[in-house]
Amino acid sequence: MVDVAIIGTGHSKFGNRTDVNLQELAWEAIKQALEESNLDQKDIDMFVVGNAGGWSSEPLSAIVVGEYCNLAPKGTMRVEAACATGSAALRIAYQAIKAGEAKTAMVIGVEQMHQSPNALAIEMMGRAGNYFWEFENFGLTFPGYYALYAIRHMAKYGMKEEDLGKIAIKNHYYGSFNPYATFQKQINMEDYSKSRVVAYPLKVYDASPITDGAAATILASEEVARKITDSPVWIVSQGFASGTANLSKREDFVSIDAARFATEEAYKKAKIDFNEAWKYFDVAEAHDCFTIAEIIAYEDLGFAKRGEGYLLAREEQTYIGGKIPVNVDGGLKAKGHPIGATGVSMAVSITRQLLYRAPKGTQTNIKNGMGISHNVGGTGHYAYVTIFSLRKPSA
Amino acid sequence: MNKMGITELRERQFKEIDRKMLEQIDLLIKNYGMPILREIKTNNLLWIDVREFSQRFMIPIGRISKFFEALSKGKIVGTKCPKCNSIYFPPQDDCTKCKISGLDVIELSGEGELLTYTIITVKPVSFMHYQDYIVGIARLREGINILAWVNENPQDVKVGMKVKVNIVKREPEGYFTYELRKVK
Repeated sequence: MVDVAIIGTGHSKFGNRTDVNLQELAWEAIKQALEESNLDQKDIDMFVVGNAGGWSSEPLSAIVVGEYCNLAPKGTMRVEAACATGSAALRIAYQAIKAGEAKTAMVIGVEQMHQSPNALAIEMMGRAGNYFWEFENFGLTFPGYYALYAIRHMAKYGMKEEDLGKIAIKNHYYGSFNPYATFQKQINMEDYSKSRVVAYPLKVYDASPITDGAAATILASEEVARKITDSPVWIVSQGFASGTANLSKREDFVSIDAARFATEEAYKKAKIDFNEAWKYFDVAEAHDCFTIAEIIAYEDLGFAKRGEGYLLAREEQTYIGGKIPVNVDGGLKAKGHPIGATGVSMAVSITRQLLYRAPKGTQTNIKNGMGISHNVGGTGHYAYVTIFSLRKPSA
Repeated sequence: MNKMGITELRERQFKEIDRKMLEQIDLLIKNYGMPILREIKTNNLLWIDVREFSQRFMIPIGRISKFFEALSKGKIVGTKCPKCNSIYFPPQDDCTKCKISGLDVIELSGEGELLTYTIITVKPVSFMHYQDYIVGIARLREGINILAWVNENPQDVKVGMKVKVNIVKREPEGYFTYELRKVK
């Protein structure tokens, strides 16, 4: 099998981006990725567009982006895996190159949620689970789903609301250094505690914002990558899994099963010992759509024992200089969470970290040359875990 | 006010919102020749869509119609595979493990323990007309979980408490559904 490398990255400013339309937003990331890799659209064999959609006007977003960004007539498709859409798009391109079907492929994640009123976006996200049995009669919201996990975690392990606050404070701290982040403002525990409850016990400051944004990566086979760059970032492995649509069909509410399965698969392929996983990585991106999700991610990735994830937060072990730096780009919490773009944005952040190109104040110390992204779709409906390295996987 | 009256009121509220939007579009077109608005918050120029789009799905339930028949008689049922004895809730008529259909309908005990809960304070648009509600997940004696509103005061709700499934009419719409109540 062919080894696959990231040879170019692009990232738009995240936030309320109604100064542009969907395809103009995608172009900001695409242009940057093309310039970074010194490639032209004609050099790209295929492109994949991650866009969850629904809140924006164009149903055939991949086609609209392809036409506007001069990528047509290359083959494409729109990919959807809820909040893990971006990682699913990455997977299509990764597999195409691995299989020898393409030599270069562009992965584009784009979302423009502000084309709809916030209330409609809240409604649409609430519907994303099992619509008939859990939304129709009981009106869950997205924070509501994760609140069910948070209450269980508190009851079972003694996690406190302040531990969740620690995650919000850390991610806002790093977001303040990231020029692409939605929120570039630090917060303290008082701000956190005072923020309005949206789904008890989760508050506004536990939640990632409704966001517009785009990110792009260009993937290439080893043969092409070697010609273009002397600093490729390799994709070592990717694991993926799915969970139940109905939350009621889950066994317990302390772990995201799909994320655990995806992690196992990714670690197995990369020969990583789950119990010491944090030692392999210099930096991690974890899916913090809500603060509780980052704490569960610590456990599902093996960075903490089950039920002890909140201690990593409490002891500030996921800051730079701690056990394992997590979401030092601000995470979904402060950087923002444009659904389809998030997984691609994670890949961009890890790539730039490994190449010492992270914004000032957020660069981790790269010793092992490895990073990981953990991208969950829905509330554990989809999960993708991807491992990146400066070392070629088959070497 | 009767029950239908409240549903009509809700309809009227939605229509009111839509009418305001249409009036705004009319005004914009009258003043600028096009439905273009400068959003105050962002100062960005936005075209207000002239083509509205709302959806109400029609969801097939024929294969599990017995669940709804039972519910209207005050009972909560699931289905059970006669071959592997798997119990399904929400009910389904196919055992996709054994690949057989036409499963047995079984009445559920409705007795269980609350695993977790939340209180929804920021509600979806289509739930705006309700007071804040508690959503919980309970594990029933049969070993299956059920998700529903917990009809109790927030201060009385605790993880691990004994609960019972109760068949009620959801007001103001007045349709049959189920909820969780604390066992006193």
